[in-house]
Amino acid sequence: MLPILRVGPLAIQIPGLTLLLGIYLGLTLVEKTASRRGLKADPLVNLALIGLLAGVVGARLSFVLQHLAIFRQAPASLISLDRSLLDPWGGVGIGLLAALVYGQRKGLVLLTALDALTPGLAVFAVALGLSHAASGLAFGAPTTLPWGVELRGATRHPSQIYEVLTALAILAVLWKQFRQMDSPGRLFVRFIALSAAARLLLEAFRGDSQLIFGGLRLVQALAWLVLAVCLYYLEFRLSATDKR
Amino acid sequence: MQPVQRRFLLTLLLLAGLVWIFLSRTELPATPSGLVPAPQAGFLAPDFRLETLDGGQVRLSDLRGQVVVVNFWATWCPPCRAEMPALQAVHEAYDGRGVIILGVNATSQDSLDAVHEFVTDHELSFLVALDLDNGANRLYEIRSLPTTFFVRPDGGIAEVVIGGPMAEAALRARIEDLLQEAP
Repeated sequence: MLPILRVGPLAIQIPGLTLLLGIYLGLTLVEKTASRRGLKADPLVNLALIGLLAGVVGARLSFVLQHLAIFRQAPASLISLDRSLLDPWGGVGIGLLAALVYGQRKGLVLLTALDALTPGLAVFAVALGLSHAASGLAFGAPTTLPWGVELRGATRHPSQIYEVLTALAILAVLWKQFRQMDSPGRLFVRFIALSAAARLLLEAFRGDSQLIFGGLRLVQALAWLVLAVCLYYLEFRLSATDKR
Repeated sequence: MQPVQRRFLLTLLLLAGLVWIFLSRTELPATPSGLVPAPQAGFLAPDFRLETLDGGQVRLSDLRGQVVVVNFWATWCPPCRAEMPALQAVHEAYDGRGVIILGVNATSQDSLDAVHEFVTDHELSFLVALDLDNGANRLYEIRSLPTTFFVRPDGGIAEVVIGGPMAEAALRARIEDLLQEAP
């Protein structure tokens, strides 16, 4: 765990830096693989950047709208650089919407664009695991296994390391397919299916799961549902498209 | 592989997933709050007893039943200094409403005179505790100042904000959320 790295007077936030590095490396890979798939890289990279920028602005707007009364009392906070004044889910929603609008304006086909962005998403998933390892978030359940790590007053599953390893495995499995043309959407749906399967497996070792009835883990149930939809799509919808 | 065989395998995979979900159910609470003290959201806020600037003492666990904003700071830290007016404004706004602002000064890395001067100059009236031996900073694994912990009335940590300066709205929004959560 290394949330902060002190370099002289600077305190560098490693989790945030890891995510930024993941975005940079992911977009670099998107640029390289897109050209091999016969696609122009610029609109794809712009789409990702516009999505990110709109996501940040949207996250602030969403936070403000949810706390209007507070901002009336402290209006200067509207333009504060405080990153804790962001609503992540609002940002994701507005970022995706902006990316969708930009993609449509540029004439990008949704499934083809998602396939082209998949290498970036796969790299970002590795960075996300590393950022969790640095911050200590997404921590594991207590264990007596010999590879358990001391964290937060207990010997725990190194769930963040599991996350990094599975993300690397998914990256390795899909690596060759990044450069191949296939039915539109197949690469992206495969990535989502593999990620959902990994989450279904790994959530069992987490110590911070949100529980639903009977002690079942909410994220596992959602991951199973996503996996089922992806497998149905790959097996029935895409196979039917291939036959036509 | 024939489509029928493949679909059979995929169905088996999904069934195995359901069995795995059932096998990995847990009776433990969603987060270990209330059980394990650790300086992270979802855990119990580690307890400490410190001297205060006015000569008294404060123990974190004695503040149970109230929302507590524990802000680790030092006078030489520019973002700490920058967020003090926001902390003071929030202290004035929520005084008597079940909210305590507790500034924990990293006194072992600071000067007591500088702390007195800073608090007087900025007319800070919230509770300022002195971490003379750096024990509270170690207990809370402080790697960067300021770091702010939002503690629920039950003693569990709701959120940790590393770095600053925090805007007044950010403080108010989190406090309002915690006040609404309270029974």
